[in-house]
Amino acid sequence: MSALQQAPAPAGQGPAGFRSSPPAGARARRRRSTALRLATAAFAVVVLFAVDVLLGTYTVTIPDFLRILGGADIPGASFIVLENKLPRAVIGLLIGVAFGVSGAVFQTMLRNPLASPDIIGISYGASASAVAAIVLFGAAGAAVSLSALVGAMVVAAAIYLISRRGGVAGYRLILVGIGFAAVMHALVSFLITRTDLRTASEAVLWLNGSLNSSNWDRVAVLVASILVLLPAAVILSRSLQGLELGDDAAAGLGVRVEASRLGLMSTAVALAAVATAAAGPVASIAFLSGPIARRLLGNRPSLAMAGLVGAVIVLAADFVAANLIDGTSLPVGVVTGVLGAPFLLWLLATANRRGQGG
Amino acid sequence: MAVQASAVRPAPSTVSRPAPAFRRRSSMPRNLVQLGVAALVLLAFSIASLTIGARSVGIGTMVDAVTAFDPSNGEHAVVLSRVPRTIVGLLVGAALATAGAALQGIARNPLADPGILGINAGASLAVVVGIYVFGLSSASGYIWFAFAGAGAAALAVYAVASLGREGATPVKLALAGAALAAGLGSLTNAVLVSSQETLDAFRFWQVGTLSGRGWDVIGTVTPFLLAGLVLTLATGKVLNSLALGDDVARGLGQNVGLARGITALGVVILCGAATAAAGPIAFVGLVIPHVVRLVSGPDYRWILPFSALLGPVLLLGADIIGRVILPPGEVQVGIMTAVVGAPVFVWLVRRRRMAQL
Repeated sequence: MSALQQAPAPAGQGPAGFRSSPPAGARARRRRSTALRLATAAFAVVVLFAVDVLLGTYTVTIPDFLRILGGADIPGASFIVLENKLPRAVIGLLIGVAFGVSGAVFQTMLRNPLASPDIIGISYGASASAVAAIVLFGAAGAAVSLSALVGAMVVAAAIYLISRRGGVAGYRLILVGIGFAAVMHALVSFLITRTDLRTASEAVLWLNGSLNSSNWDRVAVLVASILVLLPAAVILSRSLQGLELGDDAAAGLGVRVEASRLGLMSTAVALAAVATAAAGPVASIAFLSGPIARRLLGNRPSLAMAGLVGAVIVLAADFVAANLIDGTSLPVGVVTGVLGAPFLLWLLATANRRGQGG
Repeated sequence: MAVQASAVRPAPSTVSRPAPAFRRRSSMPRNLVQLGVAALVLLAFSIASLTIGARSVGIGTMVDAVTAFDPSNGEHAVVLSRVPRTIVGLLVGAALATAGAALQGIARNPLADPGILGINAGASLAVVVGIYVFGLSSASGYIWFAFAGAGAAALAVYAVASLGREGATPVKLALAGAALAAGLGSLTNAVLVSSQETLDAFRFWQVGTLSGRGWDVIGTVTPFLLAGLVLTLATGKVLNSLALGDDVARGLGQNVGLARGITALGVVILCGAATAAAGPIAFVGLVIPHVVRLVSGPDYRWILPFSALLGPVLLLGADIIGRVILPPGEVQVGIMTAVVGAPVFVWLVRRRRMAQL
């Protein structure tokens, strides 16, 4: 029995950090190289943020940008920077971090690289609830965001409570999540086939996730939630290392498995939910960030790296989405997948060659 | 622990028959009886699928319509019109469930389904391109696009995953498939947000349905589905040894890469043809194998045939309910499988200890 449990895929993707304990010198070297890579990723985020704000179809020079921030009113430029480009980039940065961390928490906690909130039903909960609001009640703007938030929370709570039977086994959580994802997905499809074409395309637009309706109100809500949630994720992530070894091993290490899992799951769900409320369920960032971050750090899980990778993907995707076609701004979600997926595929292919892909 | 103990022992009997390695012996006669019961249930659902609908007919009339068809009899015509969708349901259900079981075997991941090798995403993108660029508008027009897209995507996933000396490990396969699906999904959406006409045609294909499939569709996909079924059903033994892990499987004399490749080929044929025939229906392939494991135990030589029988039961059952639940319209089978199947599945997951992969 226990041998069968050890067999599933995550074992291969297992915590390399625990597999062997390298000598102290090697460990210090590795810590330095990890710090270096994190710093590089952070630098990439800063550069992309600046590119997003300054360049594009409307270009702003750095001195002008600083003067605008200082309060100077430059006709045209001030409005575009303050009301469009800046809030848009801030939201892009924050949802990237939120989705990335949320996905990595789920993937590590459930020991399955596919088990991001996209796939185990939580994002679909937000989508179904938001699409229902759009199609059935003609909702728009903040009402849609709120209903996405509520949908994600309700579905996550339902998944947790149903899979709870004398303790939530990770495996059962995944299977129950699949069931919910299927129903929510069916609900979305049903609503989209039953409504008129105009409402349907409005719903599809929201489903793709977009930064086009970013404004400072959304930034404020998002910043406030993330200031609470990210520290919580950092604190809880200590038990994540234990949970990644499996429930029994974690309990043996003194991790309070149930409490930690509930805490981690609530935090990760809340992160995904506030990000979805701000910009819609931007495709696949939650799924892509974790595995990419893991491979960038030599097969070690890292929430910080996952958050940075998420931010890089969203900021880069938003720049492309906003400037690819003159005059229109594509939903960012149609670009995140196209940018992020080939990168992960490339990492997989090259990691394989070095024999550390498993 | 029993697994490793008996699997590692180099006795020749273990090589030819890996089944005793599992914690529960599958007893041949009991499983055969259960397989017979499953076949009878499937027969009952097929009969129900011919008789129940917006206009229901009696079983006697149905038998008459099949054995002695009378063109002037309106009820006979109703039965006849339900024959193609019942056949499509049988074939697609069997294909998706068998493919799902085999996929979960080669990827060793409970989340594996036809979505995972990028199959549905590839088919969807190809169909969207077909609609957008070539103005396709009928089920038979979509077929070859869906098939080609599914095949190309699966090929790409397999190629990426098997680069290098480790070959296609389960984690690589799962990640490469999901990543490609994400990328292709984005491209599909990019077309959908920029063309309303395409969205209008695609939103109905994308749900997955058995209705409106004529004999031409059946004629096109049936050879592929049958070939795929034969190929996949034959891989039970191979999947049993893969389930023990790549190293043990190699120790048992299995060519792991080849085994995975052949199984994947069968899966691609099945999923590609099923998706071409009925659209992307996700839930059947994902869930039926998990349910089947409750009945059959972890032996893939039983899981595969059980899946082939129970997949169509879910699909036909969902289709029947979809015909009558919202009169005068119908709810597409892709929606109903989830609505009908998911609560049962969640209940099973909660009540029983699911066999882990």
